[in-house]
Amino acid sequence: MTPPLKIVLLLILNTCLLCSVQAQKNTMVTVKGGVYIPLYGVDSTAVKVNDFLMDIYPVSNVEFLSFVEKFPEWKRSNIKQLFADKNYLLFWKNDAALGEQALPNSPVTNVSWFAAKKYCECQGKRLPTVDEWEYAAMADQQTPDARKKKTYNQYILEWYEAPKSFNNKIGSTFKNYWGIYDLHGLVWEWTLDFNSVLISGESRKDVDKDSNLFCGSAAVGASDLMNYAAFMRYAFRGSMKANYSVRNLGFRCVKDKDILP
Amino acid sequence: MSMKSKKPILLVSGLGLLMVILLVVFSFYSDSKEAETKNYLGPAGIPVSREMRAELTAPPNVPGPTGRRKAKKLIVDMEVLEQEGVMSDGVKYIYWTFGGSVPGSFIRSKIGDEVEFHLKNHPDNKLPHNIDLHAVTGPGGGATSSFVAPGHETQFSFKVLNPGLYVYHCATAPVGMHIANGMYGLILVEPEEGLPEVDKEYYIMQGDFYTKGENGERGLQPFDMKKAVDEDADYVVFNGKVGSLTGDNAITANVGETVRLYVGNGGPNLVSSFHVIGEIFDRVRVEGGDFINNNVQTTLIPAGGAAIVEFKVDVPGTFILVDHSIFRAFNKGALGMLKVQGDENKKIYSGKQEEGVYQPEGSGIQEMPVDNDLVQVNKTATSLKEKMEFGKATYMRTCFACHQAEGQGIPNAFPPLAKSDYLNADLERAIDIVLHGKTGEITVNGKKYNSVMTKQDITDEEVANVLTYIYNSWGNSKKEVTQAMVTSRRNVH
Repeated sequence: MTPPLKIVLLLILNTCLLCSVQAQKNTMVTVKGGVYIPLYGVDSTAVKVNDFLMDIYPVSNVEFLSFVEKFPEWKRSNIKQLFADKNYLLFWKNDAALGEQALPNSPVTNVSWFAAKKYCECQGKRLPTVDEWEYAAMADQQTPDARKKKTYNQYILEWYEAPKSFNNKIGSTFKNYWGIYDLHGLVWEWTLDFNSVLISGESRKDVDKDSNLFCGSAAVGASDLMNYAAFMRYAFRGSMKANYSVRNLGFRCVKDKDILP
Repeated sequence: MSMKSKKPILLVSGLGLLMVILLVVFSFYSDSKEAETKNYLGPAGIPVSREMRAELTAPPNVPGPTGRRKAKKLIVDMEVLEQEGVMSDGVKYIYWTFGGSVPGSFIRSKIGDEVEFHLKNHPDNKLPHNIDLHAVTGPGGGATSSFVAPGHETQFSFKVLNPGLYVYHCATAPVGMHIANGMYGLILVEPEEGLPEVDKEYYIMQGDFYTKGENGERGLQPFDMKKAVDEDADYVVFNGKVGSLTGDNAITANVGETVRLYVGNGGPNLVSSFHVIGEIFDRVRVEGGDFINNNVQTTLIPAGGAAIVEFKVDVPGTFILVDHSIFRAFNKGALGMLKVQGDENKKIYSGKQEEGVYQPEGSGIQEMPVDNDLVQVNKTATSLKEKMEFGKATYMRTCFACHQAEGQGIPNAFPPLAKSDYLNADLERAIDIVLHGKTGEITVNGKKYNSVMTKQDITDEEVANVLTYIYNSWGNSKKEVTQAMVTSRRNVH
């Protein structure tokens, strides 16, 4: 093992040991599991999702501020380049204050995957998988799977086009079937395996590739708006790297149901 | 003996020295086009001297010609911006742009240039983007190498090998949506000797847009994927919006000048039949390539393609640029203007010389008879009786087809105007509906209707008259609507 890698591992180990379960400000609700066909999929690709708990809201700036106060190695001035690029917490006034460009009740953005993952771990939680996130997010106000509804898809597509929603407050969008807010309409959210479905930079090429997206591309039909909404999420995830910190990207945490006390 | 003799030296014995020099000079001249290939083993071998930063321009402007400059390392800095803009009066749209304009910045290069392309995705943007330049020889036209997340920047390089005018566009999933939102532009690759000099150059690019509301529906209009898939465009425009090349924004030239238009078509769906009313293109570089066609009236520009058109303007006036699929021009926005100033040339164009009535039975030119109908339409109503009369004329012309002669409407399709609770409940609403149209479910006299009424393209006075007629007929509430009331409602939005 090369020395730098060793240091990295030690660092990760260290920060893990430093974790103590924080007070849970962000309450969770149960998402009842089930079998669903991902947006890019056909019948044969049905995925089973177990019951899990999900944060009602995305993590806010003020919550993340208290996290970096407890774990100073995740402050902007201390963060290792390996774990976050130069945009990490860029719009905070400084390490200890949010300032005008980062409202306390707005979702925290400009956080890397490493930081988001660590935050959740320190709360005894974890990041949701792509499947868990997509499963919870296919609900609208009334139904657990609203993907066939025109209004639902139009809402998502319109948000994808609306600029600067990152400054809105958490809880400002609709409460979905499970009781969860802001899955659509506020910011993108990190997932644990965000890069597991690979989109190459050249999305047109993906149609003849033996990848998950092959099916998605083939399934795009005149009335199939939902694939477009999904494509944009997958394209976005595909453009990410784990150290990227992006203005429109925040996160929330989940927890397995069966390891609850 | 042919001039192309491979052994001109043999001529020396029989001819004077001067002749030899002439021959040699001439053969070099005639071979000059091949010279680049011979000397450099093809455009790929053209060496570059020094670096320069590309001048990028927003439409309708074009960067200065490359002239006789040598191939260079050309640095192109382009920023992707997702931003709100104006599609038409009162209609807003979120454009996705290369460089903040639709079409994106014009790039001008020369064959052999090594382009170092920097694509920057603004941190406030929501989506990843990339760029496919049709001038690139390589996978994806650069798209594979330029996929970039918001708040990041990518760099790739390519050598331009083929002269011509090329489209560039975004190719991130869903590709059609990125293009439909305005992510396209043009890159020109000039031949080694540059394009011939002209007096005026402009950059025009057509695009089709798909909005949730119909053409003219006010407010911020989101993109409509269904309409885009159905290729049912609400707007077909030059340079990203209705009116980008009309009125004060018109392009200009002076009599006697030669105008060159770099015309592209971003699509995403429609093919353009590009035409300038009252001009004939002296030269068209068909599809932006080497082939030159002369004396062309209308040139076809495919989606994702371009053409270079040139013409000399001989007479003054306003020349209208259109997509000659003509409803697009007059109803969807594909209309621009070229204003030419200078002296008249009556030999080329006389203007109107005489006007008269043509009657097959009679002979000679007669005086124009007074058309009673026309006069009535232009006259302002002075009494309620006149308003009723004029309003009825408008009603029979405009409203009758759906709402029927006695305002009874058509069951399940078009709501009644006779004894209508919906109509009588809200006068301002009624005015708004005539001015702006109405879509969606309404309940009239206890019955539900879910239909579309388009906005009516009639004057405020006509609106006042027709509504007065409706309110004073068929058992309605006998309100009188004035032109001022209509005008004030028109200005509300």
